[in-house]
Amino acid sequence: MNFSEEQIKRYARHIILPEVGGEGQEKLLSSKVLLIGAGGLGAPCGYYLGAAGIGTLGIVDYDTVDLSNLQRQIWHGTADVGRYKVDSARDSIARINPDVKVVTYKEGINAANIKDIIKDYDVVVDATDNFPTRYLINDACHFMKKPLVYGSIFRFDGQATVFLPEEGPCYRCLFPTPPPAGLVPSCQEAGVLGVLPGVIGAIQANEAIKIILGVGQTLNGRLLIYDALDMKFTEMKLRQDKTCPLCGENPTVFELIEYGDLCEFKN
Amino acid sequence: MSEYKENSELNIKGEICPFTFVKSKLALEKMKKGEILRVIVDYEPAIRNVPRSMEEQGHKVLSINKINDTDYEIIVEKDGKK
Repeated sequence: MNFSEEQIKRYARHIILPEVGGEGQEKLLSSKVLLIGAGGLGAPCGYYLGAAGIGTLGIVDYDTVDLSNLQRQIWHGTADVGRYKVDSARDSIARINPDVKVVTYKEGINAANIKDIIKDYDVVVDATDNFPTRYLINDACHFMKKPLVYGSIFRFDGQATVFLPEEGPCYRCLFPTPPPAGLVPSCQEAGVLGVLPGVIGAIQANEAIKIILGVGQTLNGRLLIYDALDMKFTEMKLRQDKTCPLCGENPTVFELIEYGDLCEFKN
Repeated sequence: MSEYKENSELNIKGEICPFTFVKSKLALEKMKKGEILRVIVDYEPAIRNVPRSMEEQGHKVLSINKINDTDYEIIVEKDGKK
């Protein structure tokens, strides 16, 4: 691949890095990343992925921009209120980097469409805010052998990790089944510090880029836990669970499961 | 002028840092280990910055010369330090 003059300038700070170089930048430009969720985590993550020159960025979100999103979902502006989040996100990416092909999915991810959506992507980023979707994404990535970059936020606390196909634990090794309905307020209602998803979403972009480049140590096998209030990062070792219902020795989950809405406040 | 026989030449007169190194690095990436690149620059600080970065990234700078009133050449061997 020959870079244009504009690309040489745009990606100069990547090309200079020994771990990236022109070859690494080419990998990024020919890579395809799927971002599921265009909200708090998706905004910073997608922004950095776009700026980095990810060749194809798929963005899935059925929702529209609400004024209450703007405190943290930084790629939507006041004028975007009422628009589909994926449209607003696409415009933001286009402003930053015309090299990126943005593919938008204005639909909720579900058992019927998820395999078809993720099949063409190299890396999947879970930037969602609810348990049923997380299980769906984890299971689909396991079945289709896709690397998954996980992130979650709640109030002042954030978590991130990486699940790699057939290497280390999956989300169900950590949480085998969803918590009972009513115990899990969604972020929409729970309150969250606006900066928090910025930190976690940026970490997710960082890990997605490392997976594509094949450099460094990803968070695979480690759960990074961030406490924004005391400003502490801690780490928990994650091991593959032999009794995991999905990736264990005697699995019981063989197809995608749609758990109902667990959010107490919506019911 | 240098006594080295270059396999490739890169004229980046008019470029300033860091793009002098960025373009040199991209040229080196397309070459094979042991091959020699001649880079021509007219930005004087580049004759210090570019060789230093090349050496840091495993290439061997063989020679740096002023070749006329405005231009300099940097002769580098790809992966010469690896």
